[in-house]
Amino acid sequence: MIPAAFDYVRAESVAGALELLAEHGDDAKLLAGGHSLLPLMKLRLATPSVLVDIGRLSDLSYVRDGGDHLAIGALTTHHAVANDPLVLAELPVLAHVAGQIGDPQVRHRGTIGGSIAHGDPASDLPALVLALGGSFVVTGASGTREVDASEFHVGFLETVLGGDEILSEIRLPKMGDLGWGFEKLTKRAQDWAIVGAVAVRLGGNGSVGVGLINVGSVPVRAAAVEASVAGGGSAAEASMHADDGLAITGDVNASEEFRRHLCHVLVHRALDRTLA
Amino acid sequence: MDVTITLNGSDVTHDVEPRTLLVHYIREAAGLTGTNIGCDTTSCGACTVLLDGTSVKSCTVLAAQADGSRVTTIEGLAETDGTLHPVQRAFHEHHGLQCGYCTPGMVMAIVSLIAERGEHELTEADIRLGLEGNLCRCTGYHNIVEAAMAAARAPELRS
Amino acid sequence: MSILGNRVLRREDPKLLTSGGIYVGDLELLQPLSVAFVRSTVAHARIVGIDPAEAKSAAGVVGVFSHDDLGLAPMPPSMAFLNQDMKRPLLASGVVRYVGEPVVVIVAESAAAAADAAELVVIDYEPLDVVVDPAEALKDEILLYPEIGTNNCFALQFGHDDTLFEGCDVVVRQRIVNQRVAPCPLEGRAAAALIEPDGRLMFYSSTQTAHGVRDTLATSLGLDPGLIHVITPDVGGGFGAKASVYAEDIVTAWCARELGRPVRWVETRSESMVGLGHGRGQVQDVEIGGTRDGRILAYRIDVLQDSGAYPAIGAILPFMTRMMTTGVYGIARAECNSNSVVTNTVPTVAYRGAGRPEATAALERAMDCYAAEIGMDPAELRRMNLIGADAFPYTTPTGTDYDSGNYQRAFDLALEMAGYDELRSTQRARRAAGGSRHLGIGLSSYVEITNGVPEGEYGAVEIRPDGKAIVRTGTSPHGQGHHTAWSMLVSDQLGIAIEDIEVVHGDTDLVPRGVGTFGSRSLQVGGAAVNQAATEVVDKAKSLAADLLEADVADILLDKAGGIFHVAGTPAISRGWGELAQTALDREGSPLMAEVDLDSPGATFPFGTHVAVVEVDSETGAVEIIRHVAVDDAGRILNPLLAEGQVHGGIAQGAAQALLEEFSYDASGNPLTANLADYSFISAAELPSFETAFTETPTPRNPLGAKGIGESGTIGSTPAVHNAVVDAVSHLGVRHIDMPTTPERVWQAIQAARPVAEEGA
Repeated sequence: MIPAAFDYVRAESVAGALELLAEHGDDAKLLAGGHSLLPLMKLRLATPSVLVDIGRLSDLSYVRDGGDHLAIGALTTHHAVANDPLVLAELPVLAHVAGQIGDPQVRHRGTIGGSIAHGDPASDLPALVLALGGSFVVTGASGTREVDASEFHVGFLETVLGGDEILSEIRLPKMGDLGWGFEKLTKRAQDWAIVGAVAVRLGGNGSVGVGLINVGSVPVRAAAVEASVAGGGSAAEASMHADDGLAITGDVNASEEFRRHLCHVLVHRALDRTLA
Repeated sequence: MDVTITLNGSDVTHDVEPRTLLVHYIREAAGLTGTNIGCDTTSCGACTVLLDGTSVKSCTVLAAQADGSRVTTIEGLAETDGTLHPVQRAFHEHHGLQCGYCTPGMVMAIVSLIAERGEHELTEADIRLGLEGNLCRCTGYHNIVEAAMAAARAPELRS
Repeated sequence: MSILGNRVLRREDPKLLTSGGIYVGDLELLQPLSVAFVRSTVAHARIVGIDPAEAKSAAGVVGVFSHDDLGLAPMPPSMAFLNQDMKRPLLASGVVRYVGEPVVVIVAESAAAAADAAELVVIDYEPLDVVVDPAEALKDEILLYPEIGTNNCFALQFGHDDTLFEGCDVVVRQRIVNQRVAPCPLEGRAAAALIEPDGRLMFYSSTQTAHGVRDTLATSLGLDPGLIHVITPDVGGGFGAKASVYAEDIVTAWCARELGRPVRWVETRSESMVGLGHGRGQVQDVEIGGTRDGRILAYRIDVLQDSGAYPAIGAILPFMTRMMTTGVYGIARAECNSNSVVTNTVPTVAYRGAGRPEATAALERAMDCYAAEIGMDPAELRRMNLIGADAFPYTTPTGTDYDSGNYQRAFDLALEMAGYDELRSTQRARRAAGGSRHLGIGLSSYVEITNGVPEGEYGAVEIRPDGKAIVRTGTSPHGQGHHTAWSMLVSDQLGIAIEDIEVVHGDTDLVPRGVGTFGSRSLQVGGAAVNQAATEVVDKAKSLAADLLEADVADILLDKAGGIFHVAGTPAISRGWGELAQTALDREGSPLMAEVDLDSPGATFPFGTHVAVVEVDSETGAVEIIRHVAVDDAGRILNPLLAEGQVHGGIAQGAAQALLEEFSYDASGNPLTANLADYSFISAAELPSFETAFTETPTPRNPLGAKGIGESGTIGSTPAVHNAVVDAVSHLGVRHIDMPTTPERVWQAIQAARPVAEEGA
């Protein structure tokens, strides 16, 4: 319940945060909303010796019209994302997904950047970003770089973020009225997904992006499903490929066999909505 | 480190360790024990308070993160003359509490849900889903939901 | 007009809703030290060594102690029928027997210092073989107590009659698991202890049994009970699990005496999940037999009870299960045999229903299985076999004497409220239409035993010179609203306003004797005791008034509306309560008071019928409860508001067991659901609002005509919800699904039934 002791510094700016990260090296972790990190620290599963609080960097909290995409500041809370007029108009699937993360209290504090940077494959947002073909802006001492979503998550709780970098912006292509579907099976409303699937229409060429939640050590793009749809396959046909190439393990909530089955069912349902 | 919070309308400052959770600051440093701790995985919501007007689980906020912010706890909800907030009153009238342990957090969560609804009328489904992060073992939630629906209709809470 | 039977709002609420309750963790103590426990991380091992050195020298640490430092004898099981050699050391000694068992206690200047120091204690374990499955434990191959030679701590064996099912055209068999659950009161366990200036031990406890705590501490610490003062502050839920006194309670008290300073222990949720006793944990083999036209003739249940590592109340619960073997049905022949075994898991204790939900759940599943076998509607089968309203008092084949009942009335009302026939037609129509969402309807008719442990209760009413009343009760409320309920009873007898009645509980100095609150006993025993004390104080007051008014006591009337005593016919000349109280003090030197030690009025048997309606998604296995109807009969209802609240809470816990909750272990005895993120504690989002009603069939066994209601909701709901889920997919060939009916279990059951369903198509 009580975390191990640590030193706390508040960053006054992004540049300041980067300096602090460089100064403290591996001992330091960024603190945004704290709803991925603090739960781990309270169980002493994470024991950073320095927390760099970037939660007050309000210039990292925004939703902007980037023309063909929305640019969302990493420190935008799930609540803000779910209720933002631009998001609701141009990317309603994001509003929907963000609005189902955790519970209202969690959504008031948790941030889109914090959730994604934490790198838990059971989180809902990373799979959506993958499906959309979005990208991340990473800010380091030497400037910014844009990382494709498909390259961002490399392992369980592991991303390509360096210890001296901050995920600063999430870029997602606008969808407008294009179809989408989000299906998440949980035992209780507040739970992480046992398995989840999100499907989105991409552009006007009939292709779809499909992301899977909690089916491996990283969020997964169901490429075989997408290829099937692109090749004219129906939702039923395409969803048969949902678990292709996946290394799924069972846990107390669901066996491997059931998870594979859920991939098929949830992708099918998500595609039905998307293609309708 | 010194952490200053406007707690139920009054500024308080306490010297606490950086690792001090907001809930411990409220309960131990500031001595307001109404807010309770029911779990250690951000699951139960017993620790819910308002931070700058919206509900948060104070067990998952560092006191340091709340430095300079406004915090409202159950103790600060009623008027200074003792008039109960409509949610408190509704809980009493609808028997929305039994042992009382989850109650402060439950009440604050509902205050926030009602405040955020805007023009939308809260349905039973909205309230049940809105309370997904507030666990109660005694009431079975039936009367809590009834109390929340009643409070949502209170004229004082109409914007 | 009597206040009894009215929806009186609770007096407990104003404080709870504004400043909040004062639970053990909130008490203002003088510079208390924090107590924390280092618990075993392995399920079964020899303790090779404990190195406390680094912890002892950590900042803020005042003491680090293990078993040998305590000098306290191990606790034998609290119930005499349990194997008394399976004693529990207060801190693990030589061996640990479950993950979570306390091994070392740390006392430090702050909770943070204690938590930090706990990580520095080094314990060397030499693993031993682990047994988690009670069926394995029954084989006595891996022993928790090698010197005892068996894992069986309590056998209730009456033999198998091979002719039990003679004459039965149909016999259906089913193995049923009534899974281990975690009680999860929102407030975990907590205790604080300090030594008073006069040397007495003051002990604050989050308990359901203040006097039991006092007496257990006395025995354990070798103190006269008079030297111990237990105070129960507000308690954040108990559900039976806090009716036990835990090793940690005693060790906390010991620390206060050892260190001479106030100490406080407040467990974290993760600790509570592996420290507070667990509930249920039975494997049941049932056989039910009868005729093809639905008359049940015989029923057998063999119970295997998982006791956990140290036999506690849980181990003896099959005794209660056996009492309720045949439930509401007039089944002529029945058998219940049980074995309780220890396993390398958290000890099981009483949990809402304590042995009776298990009986009902098994019988109600058996009834549905039987109905399915003979192709009869489950409601029809039940109706045919209910014990008639004219059969009471009724003695069951297992020797239980039911006091009163009208099972048909509750049954008919529940089905009417549910619109049962309409539900069945809707179900037929939907099945014909196909699709992946399936409607399920589940029934449960139950009867349960309240005040089953026949102990009396203390009640006292005293009037103060200012005209106000003080009620002292031996009960121990933790959310039930006794202050409201007892002041209603007393107000009704005395004519003193509820606001002017103070109720005191849980303080062993202020309440000299008491049993506590569990087993749904409080109103019928504790309330009855208070009620009787009130009538006796009225009699005493009448005597005093007769004296003062120079009249015959037979001519004295109590005008309850005015709270005054007067001679019949001359109401203008009266004496009030305050005056009479002062008179008693002046004349007798003692207050106007009556104390009652009420003998147990005997067990009573509330009953009812629940109907659950669910929707099951056959593709994902997801289950949603659409409706839950509950008709419960607990005799005369004192305060319907409170009674409904008890039913609501019970339904939620019962539905949770049917659908979601299970405390799981892996084969090595590691808990898999040891926090509230992993353990599926049900939320408002998973439940509908409930449709409840009471019928009132009074009991002749106590003057209030009241039976207990606290556990009925749980007992009635679990089988209704469970049966509804199986019913939803029965047309797909599914015959049984074990609880909790998680999505995976439902889906697996449908898959397993596929060949059968296709064959029959």
